[in-house]
Amino acid sequence: MTKGRILASLLAALVVAGAVAAFALAWRPAIAAIDPPSPQSFDPSLVKRGRELAAIGNCATCHTAQGGKDFAGGLPVPTPFGTIYSSDITPDATTGIGGWPEAAFRRAMRSGVDRDGRHLYPTFPYDHFTNVSDEDDRALYAYLMTRQPVRATARANRLPFPLDQRFVIAGWKLLFLRRGSYQPDPAKSAEWNRGAYLVEGLAHCGACHTPRNALGAERANAAFAGGEVDDWSAYAINAQSPAPVPWKAEALFSYLRNGWHRDHGAARGPMAEVVGNLADVPDADIRAIATYMADVSGAPSPDRNRSAEEVLAQVKPSAATATADTPGAAIYAAACATCHENGRALPFGGVRLALSTALSSPDPRNAANIVLAGIRPVEGERSAIMPGFAGSMSDAQLTALLNDLRARFSHQPAWSGLEKTIADARRAQTAMLQTSPGPSSAPAEASQRDKP
Amino acid sequence: MTTVTVNGRDHRVDAEPDTPLLYVLRDELGLNAAKFGCGLGQCGACTVIVDGKAVLSCVTPLLLVEGKQVTTLEGLGSVETPAPIQRAFIEEQAAQCGYCIAGMMMRAQALLQRNIRPSNDEIRAELMPHLCRCGTHMRILRAVHRAAHLMQTADASTGRRSTP
Repeated sequence: MTKGRILASLLAALVVAGAVAAFALAWRPAIAAIDPPSPQSFDPSLVKRGRELAAIGNCATCHTAQGGKDFAGGLPVPTPFGTIYSSDITPDATTGIGGWPEAAFRRAMRSGVDRDGRHLYPTFPYDHFTNVSDEDDRALYAYLMTRQPVRATARANRLPFPLDQRFVIAGWKLLFLRRGSYQPDPAKSAEWNRGAYLVEGLAHCGACHTPRNALGAERANAAFAGGEVDDWSAYAINAQSPAPVPWKAEALFSYLRNGWHRDHGAARGPMAEVVGNLADVPDADIRAIATYMADVSGAPSPDRNRSAEEVLAQVKPSAATATADTPGAAIYAAACATCHENGRALPFGGVRLALSTALSSPDPRNAANIVLAGIRPVEGERSAIMPGFAGSMSDAQLTALLNDLRARFSHQPAWSGLEKTIADARRAQTAMLQTSPGPSSAPAEASQRDKP
Repeated sequence: MTTVTVNGRDHRVDAEPDTPLLYVLRDELGLNAAKFGCGLGQCGACTVIVDGKAVLSCVTPLLLVEGKQVTTLEGLGSVETPAPIQRAFIEEQAAQCGYCIAGMMMRAQALLQRNIRPSNDEIRAELMPHLCRCGTHMRILRAVHRAAHLMQTADASTGRRSTP
């Protein structure tokens, strides 16, 4: 044997060994299909618990397409890497999870692998669901397996090579997936621990509110520092929160329970769906989430408290601010102040804009979205409402308005790139208005909360 | 003085720039089809079309519509020669008290101008901002479909009842 040949065979051996290792890393066995269990085989109280958990997990939002059947999937989820379509998680035996035994469901939740052994894209936030307890997975399984089965073939994802190869996900998991059940902190209260378990796990708050790295994983050292979702900015909800008045546990509870809070305004955009789903969730869990998140934000600095007090003094009903000395100010006085300064209580009156997080946020997207689209009221619920101004304001008028609002109501420097943000927001809005027949499943009414 | 184009005609209006377009239409120009409902952009009765889009005129100050094309129900057709949308609402008898109907027709018109074959769901979603206490909703739905049919067949002649 020549030296060259030895090297070549060594190289070949290495390639084979590498391939075997990669295969061992990426390969997961299929779990045998079962006949879909009858809905009657599940304990109704388990199903009811599953319903609450699914609401906390916001499952329906991604697994229901606009105008589609609940949980039948098909929603396009845009990512920086391409578009991924959510899957059918109804108990249909062919396209859904009807043939999945509970073990397969738990494996998908813990390690992002489907019943066939295929790796699932982390748009399904299993990086959070690893900590969901066996008991909660069982309840979620019971809830989903008792939904109406819907046959809905998933659309093929639109991803470039090599991201369309699912073994690539195994590498991603190796880098970013930290498995492990929730370890309670004995130094904290039971409520805090409950909140931490939900926020870090099933509720996957960080999926939107934590920035992601170049490979699409949440940045561990920037937890809750603000991210984005769809065409909205998800605010920082840690100490860097741009809210003019710092969030306290009581305010956060009220906001998550009702969809609005006097000192913060109304939930809208993707957060409106989150809050809508939470209508199904008992007070205790929402309180736990609020308690934990208030601790994540930490006690505000004396400076922050002083500035909040100034803002709160500024928005006393007697303090009128509307003057019309610039084009933007004139638009505010004529189109906005009638609701935002009329002294009506939330949710029907507008929040005083000095309290608006959208105007104090470093990213102007949310402010642009909200002025263009307004807030649609929730059917049959006491909820916030705001008319959209897409039809009556040109981009130049909206730019003038937002520049004025930013200068007048926040203590932050002017936004840069506002014109582009507004043009993008209008494009996204138009696309949404022309394709969307409105929210598919309105949040359950309070009277529905006890139903399985 | 602000110049505003309504139903194809330029008007020089002497109102303050922050006056709601609705007040200008009703009080200055005598166009009473658009109605004052809530004054907060929450009921839809004041809807008119601005540059092809349905707009709530009670929360739209005059200064926002300068140089734009405003269309009111009067600009679509008249009692003698009703536009397809008006004819369809009459033929379906889609009004009871009628207070909300002018706004409904204007938003339906804007919808049909960009989508001549809307589905029931699309019509419902589009007209969602409009409140009606009388409850002619099913007739309104039928009227919008009928108007779409009339527009497509260009059957805008008056007199005989159309047969979609």
